[in-house]
Amino acid sequence: MAEWMKQISGNKKQSAYDAKERLKLVLIHDRTELTPDELEKMKNELLEVISRHVEIDVNAVHITMKQEGREQRLTADIPLLTSRKRGIG
Amino acid sequence: MSATVVTITSGKGGVGKTTTTANLAVALAAAGDKVCCIDGDIGLRNLDVVLGLENRIVYDLVDIIEGRCRLRQAMIRDKRLEELYLIPAAQTRDKSAVSPSDMVKLCDELRSEVDWILIDSPAGIERGFRNTIAPADTILVVTNPEVSAVRDADRIIGLVEAEEKGPAKLIINRVNQALIKRGDMLSADDVVELLAIKLIGVIPDDDNVIISTNRGQPVAFETKSKAGQAFTNIAMRLKGQEVPFLDMDVKDDLFSRLFHTN
Repeated sequence: MAEWMKQISGNKKQSAYDAKERLKLVLIHDRTELTPDELEKMKNELLEVISRHVEIDVNAVHITMKQEGREQRLTADIPLLTSRKRGIG
Repeated sequence: MSATVVTITSGKGGVGKTTTTANLAVALAAAGDKVCCIDGDIGLRNLDVVLGLENRIVYDLVDIIEGRCRLRQAMIRDKRLEELYLIPAAQTRDKSAVSPSDMVKLCDELRSEVDWILIDSPAGIERGFRNTIAPADTILVVTNPEVSAVRDADRIIGLVEAEEKGPAKLIINRVNQALIKRGDMLSADDVVELLAIKLIGVIPDDDNVIISTNRGQPVAFETKSKAGQAFTNIAMRLKGQEVPFLDMDVKDDLFSRLFHTN
Protein backbone atom coordinates (compact mmCIF):
# COMPACT_ATOMS: atom_id res chain seq x y z
CA MET A 1 0.00 0.00 0.00
CA ALA A 2 2.83 2.37 0.81
CA GLU A 3 4.09 1.95 -2.76
CA TRP A 4 0.73 2.95 -4.17
CA MET A 5 0.53 5.98 -1.93
CA LYS A 6 3.97 7.09 -3.04
CA GLN A 7 3.04 6.78 -6.69
CA ILE A 8 -0.27 8.56 -6.33
CA SER A 9 1.22 11.43 -4.41
CA GLY A 10 3.95 11.64 -7.02
CA ASN A 11 6.78 11.45 -4.53
CA LYS A 12 8.58 8.73 -6.43
CA LYS A 13 8.90 9.05 -10.16
CA GLN A 14 8.14 5.81 -11.92
CA SER A 15 11.29 4.11 -13.14
CA ALA A 16 10.03 3.47 -16.69
CA TYR A 17 9.99 7.23 -17.18
CA ASP A 18 13.65 7.44 -16.15
CA ALA A 19 14.50 4.54 -18.47
CA LYS A 20 12.88 6.24 -21.43
CA GLU A 21 14.45 9.65 -20.82
CA ARG A 22 17.89 8.14 -20.30
CA LEU A 23 17.57 6.02 -23.43
CA LYS A 24 16.51 9.01 -25.54
CA LEU A 25 19.79 10.76 -24.71
CA VAL A 26 21.96 7.66 -25.04
CA LEU A 27 20.50 6.78 -28.44
CA ILE A 28 21.10 10.29 -29.77
CA HIS A 29 24.75 10.03 -28.86
CA ASP A 30 25.08 6.44 -30.12
CA ARG A 31 23.52 7.31 -33.45
CA THR A 32 25.48 10.51 -34.05
CA GLU A 33 28.68 9.30 -32.40
CA LEU A 34 28.77 12.66 -30.63
CA THR A 35 29.46 12.78 -26.90
CA PRO A 36 27.63 15.38 -24.82
CA ASP A 37 30.95 17.26 -24.53
CA GLU A 38 31.50 17.30 -28.27
CA LEU A 39 27.94 18.46 -28.84
CA GLU A 40 28.50 21.31 -26.40
CA LYS A 41 31.75 22.25 -28.14
CA MET A 42 30.03 22.20 -31.52
CA LYS A 43 27.27 24.49 -30.22
CA ASN A 44 29.78 26.99 -28.93
CA GLU A 45 31.71 27.03 -32.21
CA LEU A 46 28.48 27.47 -34.11
CA LEU A 47 27.49 30.44 -31.99
CA GLU A 48 30.93 31.95 -32.32
CA VAL A 49 30.75 31.87 -36.14
CA ILE A 50 27.26 33.35 -36.20
CA SER A 51 28.20 36.06 -33.73
CA ARG A 52 30.93 37.22 -36.08
CA HIS A 53 28.26 38.31 -38.55
CA VAL A 54 25.21 39.20 -36.49
CA GLU A 55 24.59 39.93 -32.88
CA ILE A 56 22.66 37.15 -31.18
CA ASP A 57 20.80 36.76 -27.94
CA VAL A 58 23.06 34.15 -26.39
CA ASN A 59 20.77 33.53 -23.43
CA ALA A 60 17.81 32.62 -25.63
CA VAL A 61 19.65 30.21 -27.94
CA HIS A 62 18.17 26.74 -28.29
CA ILE A 63 20.21 24.08 -30.06
CA THR A 64 18.85 20.57 -29.69
CA MET A 65 19.15 17.15 -31.25
CA LYS A 66 15.79 15.72 -32.24
CA GLN A 67 14.70 12.31 -33.40
CA GLU A 68 12.47 12.02 -36.44
CA GLY A 69 11.84 8.38 -37.17
CA ARG A 70 15.33 6.92 -37.30
CA GLU A 71 16.87 10.22 -38.38
CA GLN A 72 18.55 12.67 -36.10
CA ARG A 73 18.02 16.36 -36.67
CA LEU A 74 20.02 19.22 -35.22
CA THR A 75 17.66 22.13 -34.65
CA ALA A 76 18.93 25.59 -33.85
CA ASP A 77 16.75 28.43 -32.70
CA ILE A 78 18.96 31.48 -32.49
CA PRO A 79 17.24 34.82 -31.82
CA LEU A 80 19.02 37.80 -33.35
CA LEU A 81 19.21 41.04 -31.44
CA THR A 82 17.39 43.89 -33.13
CA SER A 83 19.16 47.19 -33.47
CA ARG A 84 16.82 48.68 -30.86
CA LYS A 85 17.81 46.03 -28.34
CA ARG A 86 21.39 46.70 -29.15
CA GLY A 87 20.68 50.25 -28.16
CA ILE A 88 21.82 51.80 -31.43
CA GLY A 89 18.56 52.98 -33.01
CA MET B 1 9.19 -23.11 -54.00
CA SER B 2 11.38 -20.16 -53.12
CA ALA B 3 12.00 -19.59 -49.48
CA THR B 4 12.01 -16.32 -47.62
CA VAL B 5 15.13 -16.03 -45.48
CA VAL B 6 14.41 -14.50 -42.07
CA THR B 7 17.29 -13.70 -39.72
CA ILE B 8 16.58 -13.28 -36.01
CA THR B 9 19.10 -11.04 -34.30
CA SER B 10 19.43 -8.76 -31.27
CA GLY B 11 22.81 -7.32 -30.40
CA LYS B 12 22.54 -8.17 -26.72
CA GLY B 13 22.66 -11.80 -25.67
CA GLY B 14 19.98 -13.51 -23.62
CA VAL B 15 16.98 -11.57 -24.89
CA GLY B 16 15.37 -14.59 -26.53
CA LYS B 17 16.70 -14.93 -30.09
CA THR B 18 16.96 -18.70 -29.99
CA THR B 19 13.59 -19.10 -28.28
CA THR B 20 12.06 -16.82 -30.91
CA THR B 21 13.67 -18.71 -33.79
CA ALA B 22 12.51 -22.08 -32.45
CA ASN B 23 8.97 -20.89 -31.82
CA LEU B 24 8.53 -19.12 -35.14
CA ALA B 25 9.80 -22.26 -36.88
CA VAL B 26 7.30 -24.40 -34.99
CA ALA B 27 4.42 -21.97 -35.61
CA LEU B 28 5.15 -21.72 -39.34
CA ALA B 29 5.52 -25.49 -39.69
CA ALA B 30 2.32 -26.04 -37.69
CA ALA B 31 0.57 -23.77 -40.21
CA GLY B 32 1.64 -26.22 -42.91
CA ASP B 33 4.69 -24.42 -44.31
CA LYS B 34 7.98 -26.13 -44.93
CA VAL B 35 10.58 -24.59 -42.61
CA CYS B 36 14.32 -25.05 -42.14
CA CYS B 37 16.01 -23.25 -39.28
CA ILE B 38 19.74 -22.73 -39.11
CA ASP B 39 21.73 -22.21 -35.93
CA GLY B 40 24.16 -19.44 -36.86
CA ASP B 41 25.90 -19.40 -33.50
CA ILE B 42 28.95 -21.46 -34.35
CA GLY B 43 30.78 -22.73 -31.27
CA LEU B 44 27.80 -21.96 -29.02
CA ARG B 45 25.19 -24.32 -30.43
CA ASN B 46 21.78 -23.92 -28.76
CA LEU B 47 18.87 -24.07 -31.17
CA ASP B 48 19.08 -27.89 -31.11
CA VAL B 49 18.37 -28.14 -27.35
CA VAL B 50 15.62 -25.53 -27.46
CA LEU B 51 13.94 -27.53 -30.22
CA GLY B 52 14.62 -30.83 -28.42
CA LEU B 53 16.68 -32.23 -31.32
CA GLU B 54 20.09 -32.40 -29.60
CA ASN B 55 20.33 -36.19 -29.76
CA ARG B 56 19.87 -36.41 -33.49
CA ILE B 57 22.81 -34.42 -34.79
CA VAL B 58 25.17 -36.13 -37.20
CA TYR B 59 26.35 -33.35 -39.49
CA ASP B 60 26.36 -29.59 -38.99
CA LEU B 61 26.54 -26.28 -40.83
CA VAL B 62 30.33 -26.31 -41.16
CA ASP B 63 30.23 -29.90 -42.52
CA ILE B 64 28.00 -28.67 -45.36
CA ILE B 65 30.20 -25.65 -46.08
CA GLU B 66 33.41 -27.68 -46.03
CA GLY B 67 31.89 -30.37 -48.23
CA ARG B 68 31.84 -33.28 -45.77
CA CYS B 69 28.15 -33.85 -46.37
CA ARG B 70 25.34 -32.80 -48.66
CA LEU B 71 22.86 -30.14 -47.56
CA ARG B 72 20.10 -32.72 -47.16
CA GLN B 73 22.19 -34.92 -44.88
CA ALA B 74 22.66 -32.13 -42.33
CA MET B 75 18.96 -31.27 -42.21
CA ILE B 76 17.45 -32.94 -39.13
CA ARG B 77 13.76 -33.57 -39.61
CA ASP B 78 11.59 -32.92 -36.57
CA LYS B 79 9.38 -35.93 -35.85
CA ARG B 80 6.58 -33.84 -34.33
CA LEU B 81 6.02 -31.70 -37.41
CA GLU B 82 6.35 -33.10 -40.93
CA GLU B 83 7.87 -30.00 -42.45
CA LEU B 84 10.27 -28.72 -39.80
CA TYR B 85 14.03 -29.08 -40.23
CA LEU B 86 17.12 -27.93 -38.36
CA ILE B 87 20.66 -27.38 -39.55
CA PRO B 88 22.68 -27.28 -36.32
CA ALA B 89 25.75 -25.14 -35.69
CA ALA B 90 29.17 -26.74 -35.34
CA GLN B 91 30.14 -26.92 -31.69
CA THR B 92 33.88 -27.40 -31.96
CA ARG B 93 34.63 -24.59 -34.40
CA ASP B 94 34.35 -20.80 -34.33
CA LYS B 95 32.77 -18.09 -36.45
CA SER B 96 35.75 -17.86 -38.79
CA ALA B 97 34.86 -21.29 -40.23
CA VAL B 98 32.03 -19.60 -42.15
CA SER B 99 31.94 -16.49 -44.37
CA PRO B 100 28.98 -14.33 -45.39
CA SER B 101 29.22 -15.65 -48.95
CA ASP B 102 29.16 -19.27 -47.68
CA MET B 103 25.87 -18.48 -45.97
CA VAL B 104 24.44 -16.84 -49.09
CA LYS B 105 25.41 -19.86 -51.18
CA LEU B 106 23.96 -22.34 -48.70
CA CYS B 107 20.68 -20.45 -48.42
CA ASP B 108 20.41 -20.12 -52.19
CA GLU B 109 20.69 -23.90 -52.47
CA LEU B 110 18.11 -24.36 -49.72
CA ARG B 111 15.62 -21.80 -51.09
CA SER B 112 14.14 -24.18 -53.63
CA GLU B 113 13.50 -26.84 -50.97
CA VAL B 114 11.48 -24.94 -48.33
CA ASP B 115 9.10 -22.01 -47.74
CA TRP B 116 11.03 -20.44 -44.88
CA ILE B 117 14.65 -20.37 -43.78
CA LEU B 118 14.99 -19.00 -40.25
CA ILE B 119 18.51 -18.12 -39.11
CA ASP B 120 19.34 -17.71 -35.43
CA SER B 121 22.04 -15.06 -35.17
CA PRO B 122 24.73 -15.04 -32.45
CA ALA B 123 24.89 -12.13 -30.00
CA GLY B 124 27.24 -9.32 -30.90
CA ILE B 125 28.09 -7.36 -34.02
CA GLU B 126 31.08 -9.36 -35.22
CA ARG B 127 31.63 -11.94 -37.94
CA GLY B 128 28.82 -14.23 -36.78
CA PHE B 129 26.30 -11.43 -37.07
CA ARG B 130 27.50 -10.54 -40.57
CA ASN B 131 27.32 -14.19 -41.63
CA THR B 132 23.71 -14.47 -40.59
CA ILE B 133 22.43 -11.22 -42.09
CA ALA B 134 24.15 -11.69 -45.47
CA PRO B 135 21.51 -14.07 -46.90
CA ALA B 136 18.50 -12.42 -45.19
CA ASP B 137 15.42 -11.12 -46.98
CA THR B 138 13.87 -9.98 -43.70
CA ILE B 139 15.52 -9.20 -40.39
CA LEU B 140 13.76 -9.46 -37.04
CA VAL B 141 15.37 -7.68 -34.10
CA VAL B 142 14.50 -9.11 -30.68
CA THR B 143 14.71 -6.95 -27.59
CA ASN B 144 13.46 -6.86 -23.99
CA PRO B 145 11.93 -3.70 -22.50
CA GLU B 146 15.18 -2.95 -20.65
CA VAL B 147 17.65 -0.13 -21.22
CA SER B 148 20.64 -2.30 -22.16
CA ALA B 149 18.69 -4.47 -24.60
CA VAL B 150 16.99 -1.49 -26.24
CA ARG B 151 20.29 0.32 -26.65
CA ASP B 152 21.91 -2.69 -28.31
CA ALA B 153 18.85 -3.21 -30.50
CA ASP B 154 19.22 0.37 -31.74
CA ARG B 155 22.83 -0.31 -32.68
CA ILE B 156 21.87 -3.47 -34.57
CA ILE B 157 19.03 -1.69 -36.39
CA GLY B 158 21.58 0.93 -37.51
CA LEU B 159 23.98 -1.77 -38.74
CA VAL B 160 21.18 -3.55 -40.61
CA GLU B 161 20.35 -0.23 -42.32
CA ALA B 162 24.00 0.34 -43.17
CA GLU B 163 24.15 -3.12 -44.80
CA GLU B 164 21.06 -2.13 -46.80
CA LYS B 165 19.11 -5.01 -45.29
CA GLY B 166 16.55 -2.80 -43.58
CA PRO B 167 14.10 -1.86 -42.39
CA ALA B 168 14.28 -4.51 -39.67
CA LYS B 169 11.14 -5.44 -37.77
CA LEU B 170 10.92 -5.48 -34.00
CA ILE B 171 9.94 -8.20 -31.53
CA ILE B 172 9.66 -7.16 -27.89
CA ASN B 173 10.11 -10.19 -25.68
CA ARG B 174 9.43 -10.77 -21.97
CA VAL B 175 6.94 -7.98 -21.54
CA ASN B 176 5.53 -7.83 -18.02
CA GLN B 177 2.20 -6.04 -18.07
CA ALA B 178 1.97 -5.76 -14.27
CA LEU B 179 5.30 -3.88 -14.17
CA ILE B 180 4.20 -1.65 -17.04
CA LYS B 181 1.00 -0.78 -15.20
CA ARG B 182 3.03 0.15 -12.16
CA GLY B 183 5.18 2.39 -14.31
CA ASP B 184 8.28 0.29 -13.75
CA MET B 185 8.77 -1.19 -17.21
CA LEU B 186 8.98 0.43 -20.65
CA SER B 187 5.81 -0.34 -22.58
CA ALA B 188 5.82 -1.72 -26.12
CA ASP B 189 4.80 1.75 -27.31
CA ASP B 190 7.76 3.33 -25.51
CA VAL B 191 10.20 0.90 -27.11
CA VAL B 192 8.71 1.38 -30.57
CA GLU B 193 8.90 5.15 -30.15
CA LEU B 194 12.57 4.97 -29.13
CA LEU B 195 13.67 2.55 -31.84
CA ALA B 196 11.39 3.92 -34.56
CA ILE B 197 10.91 0.68 -36.49
CA LYS B 198 7.86 -1.39 -37.24
CA LEU B 199 6.67 -3.78 -34.54
CA ILE B 200 5.90 -7.35 -35.59
CA GLY B 201 5.25 -8.92 -32.18
CA VAL B 202 5.07 -8.56 -28.43
CA ILE B 203 5.74 -11.65 -26.31
CA PRO B 204 4.46 -11.63 -22.73
CA ASP B 205 6.72 -12.76 -19.92
CA ASP B 206 5.36 -16.27 -19.47
CA ASP B 207 6.68 -19.07 -17.21
CA ASN B 208 5.55 -21.55 -19.87
CA VAL B 209 8.50 -20.46 -22.02
CA ILE B 210 10.98 -21.70 -19.42
CA ILE B 211 9.01 -24.87 -18.74
CA SER B 212 8.70 -25.74 -22.42
CA THR B 213 12.37 -24.97 -23.06
CA ASN B 214 13.31 -27.32 -20.19
CA ARG B 215 11.51 -30.07 -22.07
CA GLY B 216 12.72 -29.22 -25.57
CA GLN B 217 9.13 -28.62 -26.57
CA PRO B 218 8.79 -24.99 -27.81
CA VAL B 219 5.86 -23.10 -26.31
CA ALA B 220 4.37 -22.51 -29.77
CA PHE B 221 3.18 -26.14 -29.62
CA GLU B 222 0.86 -24.99 -26.82
CA THR B 223 -1.43 -22.61 -28.59
CA LYS B 224 -3.33 -21.95 -25.36
CA SER B 225 -0.36 -20.35 -23.61
CA LYS B 226 -0.06 -16.58 -24.03
CA ALA B 227 3.53 -16.74 -25.27
CA GLY B 228 2.65 -19.58 -27.66
CA GLN B 229 -0.19 -17.51 -29.05
CA ALA B 230 2.05 -14.47 -29.39
CA PHE B 231 4.65 -16.45 -31.39
CA THR B 232 1.94 -17.92 -33.59
CA ASN B 233 0.67 -14.39 -34.25
CA ILE B 234 4.13 -13.29 -35.41
CA ALA B 235 4.29 -16.29 -37.74
CA MET B 236 0.93 -15.28 -39.23
CA ARG B 237 2.14 -11.69 -39.67
CA LEU B 238 5.25 -13.01 -41.46
CA LYS B 239 2.87 -14.84 -43.78
CA GLY B 240 1.25 -11.50 -44.55
CA GLN B 241 -1.87 -11.77 -42.41
CA GLU B 242 -3.20 -8.89 -40.37
CA VAL B 243 -3.34 -10.13 -36.79
CA PRO B 244 -4.27 -7.75 -33.98
CA PHE B 245 -1.78 -7.47 -31.10
CA LEU B 246 -2.60 -9.50 -27.96
CA ASP B 247 -4.30 -7.85 -25.06
CA MET B 248 -1.87 -8.67 -22.27
CA ASP B 249 -3.61 -6.80 -19.52
CA VAL B 250 -3.40 -8.32 -16.10
CA LYS B 251 -6.52 -8.19 -14.08
CA ASP B 252 -6.84 -4.78 -12.49
CA ASP B 253 -7.47 -4.44 -8.83
CA LEU B 254 -9.89 -1.73 -7.85
CA PHE B 255 -7.21 0.56 -6.53
CA SER B 256 -5.11 0.65 -9.69
CA ARG B 257 -8.26 1.09 -11.75
CA LEU B 258 -9.19 4.13 -9.73
CA PHE B 259 -5.79 5.75 -9.77
CA HIS B 260 -4.26 4.62 -13.03
CA THR B 261 -3.61 7.76 -15.01
CA ASN B 262 -2.81 6.92 -18.55
